[in-house]
Amino acid sequence: MKIAKKLAAVLSVALILGLFASGESFAQEAPAPGAAEPAKVEAAPAAGDAKKEDPGAAPAQFTQGLMTQIGDAKVALDTVWTLLAGMLVFFMALGFACVESGLCRAKNTVTILAKNFIVFAVASIAFLVLGWGLMFGAGNPFFGTSGLWFVAGADNSPATGDAYQGVYAAINWTGVPLWTKFFFQLVFAATAATIVSGAVAERIKFGAFYIFSFVMVALIYPVVGHWIWGGGWAASLGMFDFAGSTVVHSTGGWAALTGAIVLGPRLGKYSREGKSLPLPGHSLALATIGVFVLWFGWFGFNPGSTMAADAGAIGRIAVATNTAAAAAAISASIAAWLLLGKPDLTMILNGGLAGLVAITAPCAFVSIPSSLIIGLMAGVLVVLSVLFFDKIKVDDPVGAISVHLVCGVFGTICVGLFAQDQFTPNTTGNGLLFGGGAGLLMAQLAGIVGVGIFVFTSSIVMWKIIAATIGIRVSAEEEIEGLDIGEHGNIAYPDFVTVAGRGSSVIGGAGKMSGAPAGYPATELSKGTIS
Amino acid sequence: MKMVEAIVKPFKLDEVKEALTKAGIQGMTVEEVKGFGRQKGHTELYRGAEYSVDFLPKVKIQILVDDDSASKVVAIITDSAKTGKIGDGKIFVSNVEEVIRIRTGEKGADAI
Repeated sequence: MKIAKKLAAVLSVALILGLFASGESFAQEAPAPGAAEPAKVEAAPAAGDAKKEDPGAAPAQFTQGLMTQIGDAKVALDTVWTLLAGMLVFFMALGFACVESGLCRAKNTVTILAKNFIVFAVASIAFLVLGWGLMFGAGNPFFGTSGLWFVAGADNSPATGDAYQGVYAAINWTGVPLWTKFFFQLVFAATAATIVSGAVAERIKFGAFYIFSFVMVALIYPVVGHWIWGGGWAASLGMFDFAGSTVVHSTGGWAALTGAIVLGPRLGKYSREGKSLPLPGHSLALATIGVFVLWFGWFGFNPGSTMAADAGAIGRIAVATNTAAAAAAISASIAAWLLLGKPDLTMILNGGLAGLVAITAPCAFVSIPSSLIIGLMAGVLVVLSVLFFDKIKVDDPVGAISVHLVCGVFGTICVGLFAQDQFTPNTTGNGLLFGGGAGLLMAQLAGIVGVGIFVFTSSIVMWKIIAATIGIRVSAEEEIEGLDIGEHGNIAYPDFVTVAGRGSSVIGGAGKMSGAPAGYPATELSKGTIS
Repeated sequence: MKMVEAIVKPFKLDEVKEALTKAGIQGMTVEEVKGFGRQKGHTELYRGAEYSVDFLPKVKIQILVDDDSASKVVAIITDSAKTGKIGDGKIFVSNVEEVIRIRTGEKGADAI
């Protein structure tokens, strides 16, 4: 019997290999019909010349049809590329959810996941209803005023350039249909909103974040986007942000900063003497999964921003993206090793993300060696930034402000330094380090400052309004118990009894803590510095 | 009757259990606990914030024995749980007033 089984296995393998081999020979025959095509194409221009002598001949009409087909094929390829890239960016929402929940305590897992999930839903609707129109509708240098609602403005995409007719002229440079443009831009808007969730984690009311996200994607983000990508004043000044270090990351970063400031630090984060206490994340495995997912998604974020299957560019941009991420992860690991004594994984993870954020603006405009340098610098910058914000008592549980705001600004500046005209001709020109002078850098700085002032102000006003109406921060009791129960009535890990927390278990009596509150350093509790 | 409570290093649990069951002990309760004795902790950093690692993971074993067996059990545990390095743990012996087997209602020595 054993021999029969072995024989059957060997025969099956041989059969499969045989099928592949015959498949190969089929493939070798395939080019034959294809080979005929070039002959027709070559014949066409010649026939076109003959057109002058013989207008009624079949080859002239054939050329027209062939040109339309080629054009349609380009639109199709560009569309497929843009949509797939957009789907990769969508997947980044999972990345954010994993990083944030992994770096926060178990008792807050549900609320963090809920925030990251709902923010995508909110963004999808907000951008559809108003965001797109404000961002890409024709209007004034500050926001769009045409085609505001439901992406319903006049538009004849995929027509481009002079052939374009409609109100979304700012994005007429890409030859894909309107809904493809919308989908791609939507996932970027959602990314900006989800950045905020990390810095406000573990103490923000779910409802507060809900409302803020609507405003963020319906108003704040689109206005910024209009300035830089929607044909607004920053674009007119010559500011360039290829995939959104400023538009997406620093916008999210400023809002994250103001949120963290208005909320205040988590209970138990800073002792009465002002010492910073660790509140370690509950799953670094989850956090690592998240960063890998984000890195993966970034291959849609950056190369996809060509919104065209531009063979010359997308591979180079992907390599620039990867190189910066890799360099930053390495430099962050070394920086953490030297500054903190050990290569803290959370710092290395932040490092990888820092490189990705920093290369987002320059990725299409810089050489690969430049992207390596940009990454190296971003990795060190993010480590220093995390320590800095902790020192000034801005509590950022996941490092969102350091990764997205600080490195977003840095990446935007890098355009002004490292851009080289040869990579995307007639856009940025050369940056400061390549003989282009300081003009580009000045434009970048102007955009950074303008966006900073606007987002900082508008977001802080919005947070304050929310704080004054429905309230922004949960009660101290709820914060100690964990927001999962207070905000959602859920427990993320009901089967686990945490040693420190003495029972989130349903059996023990949901929500009632006896003994040490979960996640608080016992030494500080005994000193009585946590109320 | 005596309650013998032993706090030992977690990786020693299997060894202690084997030694006890080989000696005829028929039951025990085990908990995962944290603790420290005279050994000093050390400080670590999490994203730049310092914390002291004082509490180390330990395992607490509870065995109920009759008065005559207590010293033998203590010796078995001491023998199997010892590594000679700091942090080996401690054993506490206390008196027990009553013991009841829930299934049958037996009390005292019959319930051990």
